[in-house]
Amino acid sequence: MAVLDRAAKSLLLAELVTGMALTLKYFFKPKVTVNYPYEKGPLSPRFRGEHALRRYPNGEERCIACKLCEAICPAQAITIEAEPRDDGSRRTTRYDIDMTKCIYCGFCQEACPVDAIVEGPNFEFATETREELYYDKAKLLSNGDRWEVEIAGNLERDAPYR
Amino acid sequence: MAETQIKPLTLNFGPQHPAAHGVLRLVLELDGEVIERADPHVGLLHRGTEKLIEHKTYLQAVPYFDRLDYVAPMSQEHTYALAVEKLLGIEVPTRGQYIRVLFSEISRILNHILNLTTYAIDVGAMTPLLWGFEEREYLMEFYERASGARLHAAYFRPGGVAQDLPDGLLDDIATWVDEYPTFIDDMETLLTENRIFKQRTVDIGKVSAEEALDWGFSGPCLRASGLPWDLRKSQPYDAYGDMDFDVVIGKTGDCYARYLVRIEEMRQSLRIMKQCLENMPDGPVKTEDRKVSPPPRAEMKRSMEALIHHFKLYTEGYHVPAGETYTAVEAPKGEFGVYLVSDGTNKPYRCKIRSPGFAFMSSMDFLSKGHMLADMTALIGSLDIVFGEIDR
Repeated sequence: MAVLDRAAKSLLLAELVTGMALTLKYFFKPKVTVNYPYEKGPLSPRFRGEHALRRYPNGEERCIACKLCEAICPAQAITIEAEPRDDGSRRTTRYDIDMTKCIYCGFCQEACPVDAIVEGPNFEFATETREELYYDKAKLLSNGDRWEVEIAGNLERDAPYR
Repeated sequence: MAETQIKPLTLNFGPQHPAAHGVLRLVLELDGEVIERADPHVGLLHRGTEKLIEHKTYLQAVPYFDRLDYVAPMSQEHTYALAVEKLLGIEVPTRGQYIRVLFSEISRILNHILNLTTYAIDVGAMTPLLWGFEEREYLMEFYERASGARLHAAYFRPGGVAQDLPDGLLDDIATWVDEYPTFIDDMETLLTENRIFKQRTVDIGKVSAEEALDWGFSGPCLRASGLPWDLRKSQPYDAYGDMDFDVVIGKTGDCYARYLVRIEEMRQSLRIMKQCLENMPDGPVKTEDRKVSPPPRAEMKRSMEALIHHFKLYTEGYHVPAGETYTAVEAPKGEFGVYLVSDGTNKPYRCKIRSPGFAFMSSMDFLSKGHMLADMTALIGSLDIVFGEIDR
């Protein structure tokens, strides 16, 4: 009987037909595709995207040139030069991140004692030339100004876990 | 007319062949369509990871492990974290261990989805890939919510995990665990009994138990040959000792058996994940030893001592007592091991990485001999090769 059963199944393409039927069932299911530039997937507050240098609410830049981020960076993508400013406070004169070297591990934002360097929620910073990915201090600070609302919100939501 | 002997045709398979799963260059000698000799050339993705690690502190080396087997990143970090913890002689809190086991199993499913579906596409079935990547997307979202990155997580650190899981993540994983078996069933409906899939895989690349041992097989490929060897059972690490699961074995040792073993392993992974979710303890997720793991940020901003620890850990890192260890975990592809030598400084003296895929690569010749050229893709697919870890 088993032989007959198997022969019948084989002859009637049983497993192929059930497979096709299943595919047809999926055909009528709601689509899960995201229409990318117009729709985006959700991001968690921990997402590690494009870097930004933040400022205090009064406009003063946070970074105090302690160089912890430079020290911890496994890819050695960060370069910092610092000297005292006219008012005597220590600030960076140069803060470069080579985004082509960066591996987005998030160690710099973990190391930063004043929450100055952060990896923000932006992941759409592709450029046409390599040079544009060598970020300098001005670019990083302008990133910080542009994304401050999102970054501050994310930091606040993630604060209990950090 | 006298019979003339013609030289076998030499064919380059890859390194840009889509079925080569990365940058594998296989030099095949063919007699007609039958493979006489296969000569795998590796090294096209060599990045010098082992040497680079010698120049990084113990914490800085973590992200390099993500980039070995980028299909299941956290399993590699797990090995490294365990090796460093062994040298340091520190204990990971129970919650940290459970989170690691949970995410190791997520990694296993991530890996098996990618492997099985691309394996299916190599032998002619496209649909599982399209469905499977939806499930992979959910898993990578869990990765992202826990660590901040979808792939290169840098989440398992020596001493525990980087951060506690955010609120609600465990509930979402629990929901997913309940729904996922439907996908496995659907994939099995498409593949397991399918005559085309079976014709391409049954009796292809048969490996007996002895041969598997001789060639240094591990993981699903070894178990498919009938040997119930699983490091999670034989030398439990982290919380695997508390978990109740079965070691899956195959009987025939061919490509089809390797497929079946991986399918069943996904179900066992779900079982482990369920136990993790049910018994997830409270408490810290990383060791409280301030000489190894940095203090919480709130404390770092208030306490001078914590700030000193913070600065010390992020510049110099911690010194690991001199010694050496070979630590291995059951990564999704097999036994992934790290041989770590410490000379008492803050950087490893030597870090040798043992990747399961390299052993599979060496068996390529004996596996493919006498098979047809088209069977090569089925073989490569069933061995689960990822070049990040083979070339390192």
